[in-house]
Amino acid sequence: MNFNKLAIAAGLAGVCVASGAHAATLDDVKARGQLRCGINTGIPGFAFTDSAGNWQGFDVALCKAVAAAIFGEPNVEYVSLTGKTRFTALASGEVDMLSRNTTWTYSRDTDLKLDFAGVNYYDGQGFIVSKELGVASASELDGATICIQTGTTTELNLADYFRANNMSYEPVPIETETEAKEKFLANACDVYTTDASGLAATRSSYPNPGDYMILPEIISKEPLGPAVRHGDSEWGDIVRWSLNALIVAEEKGITAENVKEMASAAGDDPEVNRLLGTEGEYGAMMGLDQDWAVNAIAATGNYGEIFDTFLGPDTEIGLERGLNALYTDGGILYAPPFR
Amino acid sequence: MAVAASTETPAFRFEMLWRDERYRSLTIQAIAMIVLMLGLTWLVNNAIENLAALGKTFDFGFLSQPANYDINQQLIDYTSRSSNARAALVGILNTLLVAFLGCVTATIIGIAAGVARLSNNWLVARLMTVYVEAFRNVPLLIWILLTASIVNTSLPSPRDYRGLDTGPVVVTNRGIYIPQPNFGEGSLILLIIFALSIAAIFMVRAWAKRRQESTGEQAPVFLIGLGLLIVPSLIAFFLLGRPISLTLPELAGFNFQGGIQLRDSLIALWVALSLYTGAFIAEIVRAGILSVSKGQSEAAFALGLRPNRAMNLVILPQALRVIIPPLISQFLNLTKNSSLAIAVGYMDATGTLGGITLNQTGREMECILLLMGFYLIVSLSISAVMNLYNNRVRLVER
Repeated sequence: MNFNKLAIAAGLAGVCVASGAHAATLDDVKARGQLRCGINTGIPGFAFTDSAGNWQGFDVALCKAVAAAIFGEPNVEYVSLTGKTRFTALASGEVDMLSRNTTWTYSRDTDLKLDFAGVNYYDGQGFIVSKELGVASASELDGATICIQTGTTTELNLADYFRANNMSYEPVPIETETEAKEKFLANACDVYTTDASGLAATRSSYPNPGDYMILPEIISKEPLGPAVRHGDSEWGDIVRWSLNALIVAEEKGITAENVKEMASAAGDDPEVNRLLGTEGEYGAMMGLDQDWAVNAIAATGNYGEIFDTFLGPDTEIGLERGLNALYTDGGILYAPPFR
Repeated sequence: MAVAASTETPAFRFEMLWRDERYRSLTIQAIAMIVLMLGLTWLVNNAIENLAALGKTFDFGFLSQPANYDINQQLIDYTSRSSNARAALVGILNTLLVAFLGCVTATIIGIAAGVARLSNNWLVARLMTVYVEAFRNVPLLIWILLTASIVNTSLPSPRDYRGLDTGPVVVTNRGIYIPQPNFGEGSLILLIIFALSIAAIFMVRAWAKRRQESTGEQAPVFLIGLGLLIVPSLIAFFLLGRPISLTLPELAGFNFQGGIQLRDSLIALWVALSLYTGAFIAEIVRAGILSVSKGQSEAAFALGLRPNRAMNLVILPQALRVIIPPLISQFLNLTKNSSLAIAVGYMDATGTLGGITLNQTGREMECILLLMGFYLIVSLSISAVMNLYNNRVRLVER
């Protein structure tokens, strides 16, 4: 049967059966010896399987960092989720956290009872079209057939954008990136819309990426970030500060290479010392080991390293840092201080 | 003394609840009932506790909120500002549409294939066996995905028609476009005339039947019927100044405009559901025909009936008694299987209410319960209608 229905049913069954064990996620994770992390079903750069069959990517790296902060090494069980199944999976306890290009919105934070532990990618919704169509702007898309991932904010933005601009369109709801690719490449839809980063990523996997162009309009704000269940702030803190640790590490020049060395003895920068556990008892404040941040950084590298490995200009996806550069480099990436 | 003792009812003792056969079954039933109720209470209680732990409430207020998403196939007016309830209704109508279309075509395919599988023609019978076995033994989802994939990748896209003349029917990988009738002034009269001619056909047939019974002469019912069907409506059509016209699909911008679009998703789902369920119905029909004793057909042939009259007048009426009850469950299956629609992006009730609305509002419990209620009501209604029909055709027992 349909795997979505199964997932929803499983989620419901989970809500019915699991006895309210949401209180201490950290204890559950430690007892299990593994972090269950909800990721995308497959999108180049963010979550994909490498030639050895292991999950890799920008979002996957965050799962690894959190797991390494807890266990010292990245013990992660990955659960790939569609746009439709992700929240139910999180709410029912099937996964401990989501790191699945999920937009932080008001109603998700409040009504859906999620907590967003920060933003790991500042994005916006864009459109990709075949150059053959001769379209130069999103305002020329009146009457187009548009493939769209169902269960996402982009679905709602799209409806708003076309209504506001008094244009019509024909939505073709699809479930996964793969399905979108098949339909778009077969011209069953004229346009594919999702977050601009996702468009760049998916274009890199097309047979002739040069035949397709991303339209200049960005029609929404899509701050993507990791999410946890509402109501367990201790767990939310761990995810939040694991992400912040990666960002501060870039700011302070701590890399996967030099982190062990820098953590071997206290240095001149007290913030680095606090982060790497050579000063104070900062790990214990979250119920983690003293060297939690060291392990997290060693497992994945700092934010900039992760970005360059999976998304940066040297990869096939070729995204610029843009908004996602550190605030010191003209971006808006700004982690609160370790103090 | 001994006689008196045996008629006296022994006093009820507690252990008789499990020792005495008269009470034992009651005891077991009572225990089973209590266990079931406890289990249900535990489940419901757990659901309530866990919803509370997540801080979620249980209310249906979201149904009146704007849905904020668009739906491609709308049988009623709908915009993204319409309510979630209306989005659900659009989905429900789409489910009913594909279920109805599917049931009709599956029945036609099933009867044809079932009869053909019993044919004396070796090739036809074997081909039907291949069809039935292939479709019965591969999961429906695979057939749906396969059909969608064929439609999407092998048919030309609308932009391939640029600069070409297109006829009244255009086949693209986004669906098939057919002409749309426009009803102008006087079309009501035309429709009434058409309805009257159909009524007249039935009257002629009744008259021919009566005449055949009294005199034995057969009238050319088919030719008369065909004439009645076409001629009066055609004359009226021209006399009224062609009140009904057709809008042909034309390529405008990205897509064909005008005409009725049968979307690729609808076609994929419809075709796959019909062929899949048709295979099951074929087997039911075959079983029904085989259940009529051979003496019946031999008697019919001995009376000089030609094979297809023997089938229509003697065998099928008796076979229907066996066919209809399992046919009902096939219709129910088809309707429920239509919820696989989301695999090809057909926005049925599962796609709107149980899909986007559920996801965007986070009301899992409420949406799934509503959805279950909807499928339950539809299934029970189909069942009720078919049972009425079954009562009419079943063997009258005295």
